[in-house]
Amino acid sequence: MILDLVFQLLQVMLVILIAPLLTGVVRATKARLTRRRGPPLLQPYRDILRLARKEAIVADSASWLFHHTPYIVFASTWVAASLIPTFATDLLFSWAADLIAIIALLGAGRFFLSLAGLDVGTSFGGLGSSRESLFGALAEPAMIVIVFTLALVAGSTQLSTVAAYMTSDAVGLRVSLGMALVALIIVAIAENGRIPVDNPSTHLELTMVHEAMILEYSGRHLAVIELAAMMKLSLYVSLIICVFFPWGAAIADASVADRVFGAIVYVVKLLTAGVALGAFETSIAKMRVFRVPDFVGGALMLGFLGALLLFVSRTLK
Amino acid sequence: MSAEALCLAGDAGLLALAVAGALFAAKPLGRPLVYGGALVLSALMLAVAAGALAFGGGAETLVLPLGLPWIGARFHIDALSAFFLVVVNLSAAAASLYALGYGRTEHDPERVLPFYPAFLAGMNLVLVAADAYTFLLSWEFMSLASWALVMARHSEDQNARAGYVYLVMASFGTFALLIAFALVAGLDGRFAFEAMRAAPPAAGVAMLAFAAALIGAGSKAGLVPLHVWLPLAHPAAPSHVSALMSGAMTKVAVYAFIRIAFDLAGPPDWRLSIPVLIVGAASGLIGVLQALMDNDLKRVLAYSTIENIGLIFVALGLAYAFHATDFDAAAALAMTAALLHIFNHALFKSLLFFGAGAVLTATGERRLNRLGGLLNRMPSTGLFMLVGAAAISALPPLNGFVSEWMILQAVLLSPAFSEWTLKILAPAVGAGVALTAALAAACFVRAFGIPFLGRPRSEAAERAKEADRLSLAAMAGLAALCAIVGIFPGQAIDALSPAVDLLIGAHVPNQSSMPWLTIAPVAASRGSYNGLLVAAFIVASASMASTVIHRFASGALRRAPAWDCGFPDPAPTTQYTGESFSQPVRRVFGQLAFVVEERIDMPRPGETRAAHLNLRLTDRIWNLLYVPLILVVERTAVQLNRLQFLTIRQYMSVVFGALVVLLVVLASWP
Repeated sequence: MILDLVFQLLQVMLVILIAPLLTGVVRATKARLTRRRGPPLLQPYRDILRLARKEAIVADSASWLFHHTPYIVFASTWVAASLIPTFATDLLFSWAADLIAIIALLGAGRFFLSLAGLDVGTSFGGLGSSRESLFGALAEPAMIVIVFTLALVAGSTQLSTVAAYMTSDAVGLRVSLGMALVALIIVAIAENGRIPVDNPSTHLELTMVHEAMILEYSGRHLAVIELAAMMKLSLYVSLIICVFFPWGAAIADASVADRVFGAIVYVVKLLTAGVALGAFETSIAKMRVFRVPDFVGGALMLGFLGALLLFVSRTLK
Repeated sequence: MSAEALCLAGDAGLLALAVAGALFAAKPLGRPLVYGGALVLSALMLAVAAGALAFGGGAETLVLPLGLPWIGARFHIDALSAFFLVVVNLSAAAASLYALGYGRTEHDPERVLPFYPAFLAGMNLVLVAADAYTFLLSWEFMSLASWALVMARHSEDQNARAGYVYLVMASFGTFALLIAFALVAGLDGRFAFEAMRAAPPAAGVAMLAFAAALIGAGSKAGLVPLHVWLPLAHPAAPSHVSALMSGAMTKVAVYAFIRIAFDLAGPPDWRLSIPVLIVGAASGLIGVLQALMDNDLKRVLAYSTIENIGLIFVALGLAYAFHATDFDAAAALAMTAALLHIFNHALFKSLLFFGAGAVLTATGERRLNRLGGLLNRMPSTGLFMLVGAAAISALPPLNGFVSEWMILQAVLLSPAFSEWTLKILAPAVGAGVALTAALAAACFVRAFGIPFLGRPRSEAAERAKEADRLSLAAMAGLAALCAIVGIFPGQAIDALSPAVDLLIGAHVPNQSSMPWLTIAPVAASRGSYNGLLVAAFIVASASMASTVIHRFASGALRRAPAWDCGFPDPAPTTQYTGESFSQPVRRVFGQLAFVVEERIDMPRPGETRAAHLNLRLTDRIWNLLYVPLILVVERTAVQLNRLQFLTIRQYMSVVFGALVVLLVVLASWP
């Protein structure tokens, strides 16, 4: 019991501590690929600490919602991230929420962040909120359809069960899972505002979405929101790892050694994914806002097609 | 005394209040008397209904010597009636408490006070009626009382039209229900529900009755394409009545559908679930899109009612399909989800309408684009509205999420269908539900964000004052219930078991016995959710983050003008408005439900006049279905008009001819 609690706490701390490193890796990769030296890998940690120590400036017209939102967004993202199996499945609280609840927790974060964008009453904030709402409205159903495919294959929406099923021999190679993987990657890119959907490193541009919403935030509020955004990125990467590449993770009642090994494997996988994301972002251009619905709609259709293919293959068997 | 007798006594009390309301409306005593009395009576009936749901009602049917002579007026409360009585009386109690404060601003109390208790009595009577005659009579009574309340502010623009459309659609709905009951009752007139159950109709007749019930109840509930009256009528009434119409009366319509489809119309046929699923998903999607485009706070809420009724019908369709294919565990899950969503929607929709009413009282405005910054001026109303908005957007750990999660879990069981149509339709409907839920979140970011956040867009919004204490108490109670049901969903699900048992013959596994108050409606390995833990984790991590940062980093805060990339514009009109917020969604999804015409009038270089954007949205369904229908009715009326100018000899021959035709039909009837 005590050991279970220790591992659960380890998981909770791991997801928050490793998130800035992933962002650092993505940035470093992009810098290297464009022949810049780039900031050191640990720069995101320093950024967050620097911001947290500064005084926060709040606009005159803002309401109380404005300075509570960062913590709400942070908390919902952190809880969601902690519920995704990283190095081990079936942790102490892993049954508290399934994948649908995790999606809804992220939706809660988006809901409050969009409200905060409207709170100050500037046109940039409204622009960000309105576009974020559109992207969310597209990405969420795509995500649910992906969940549907996974639940068809693994017979559960509980991530621990899905991961355990995926490591078993029963899976085999399935076209539907390939489609679900592509769809999930598209959703992850859209949800995290990465290129080609949104560019996280731009400011003062009419194309920005996430950055426009949080334009009025500063100091510790901005630090918390940035950390939440980094956690969200690592959450999606962890989700992809957990569902499609779970090998090495400690399944069910594994020994302590297995879990430690699982943690090492997880970190390696996460950082590899960071390098891949950096390479992908360097090789592609950002798309216009109204091309995004086609892009994310593609994910929805892929997920749906995957589910239908599963039906067909089951009846043919 | 039995629960039925207590309920009827309560209804009699409400009708007495209606009379008292008519007598004392102009007196200062009238308002507290009517609303206070309604509050007490609703609370008592709520207790009776909750008792009947928990401990089972009496098996007896109460028969009064009224109504049709050979049947009498029959009343019975089973678990299903008891559940709906809980929903209606909870909403009614909250609305009465709210109206004790809110009613002070009423211009014409004599147009509201007599009809309000009558409306409550009508809804209660529909739920306890146990024969078709009493049912339809109470149904019509409820419709007419609510029509009178819609017309309470008859002098306002558009309200007369709303009342007219409502009256026409309500008559049409009752007509369809009449046909449904007539088909189930058969030629030998088995009008008592017990007799209908004892001898269910043949398959073909049952199918027709099912369709008529879907049309009749659906038109009252606001299913697409029969929803057109709802966004006109619900907002036109005073806000506490709007809350009741959206939160409770639509549920009475759902009750009518459940009663006929699951209870009276005989053994289920899976093919019938197809129209229910399609119409439900379409209502969800079209309702939420309309809500996203509309610019009137109360109308946004009314459209969102259509959306939620759509979700409820999706769950009912799934329950019906699972039930018909003998997968009763899944049917029980879907039915529990439907009933829970019915309860949840009554909570948060009433709450939101109360908030909208408070805004209307404080500013005199319902248009989103004339409001803004109200959270600073009405902090408590704003907080409760925020809870309602978050709950209706299905955000964990509130109650809306639990029921939508259960609907999705039921969708996930659809591979078990053996019929290919359902196998493919169910996931498509599930994707529609997910899209609807996501759009609903966007809709309520807009519906809360534009009026409550930002800077005030008008002087009225600038001067707004907090609502009175009684109104706030009603809102606080509902907001608390939203949170409680969300955090302890297992108890709510267990409370629904008797009703589900009655309809399906099975219920979901007992949830209260699960460890840590988790809910796992199918099996723990299939999917589980724990509202309590999620809420505790969120609160703990948010407060921990806040404490750590304030303690070890910085707690300093400075107020300054907004930055806005260095070019802030002091004019509040430069903020995002409702239209601009929904523009991306309008561009992507708008064509689904509307004919969108955007015309940009850009002055040529050198001209000094302002540029204009003209936006016109027209409802596709209205254009396709209702405009031709109205034309046909008008043409026919012109033709029939000739009949009014006949001579007395011609009239006699018309009467004679009609008589002969009727006699021939009767004689040749098999």
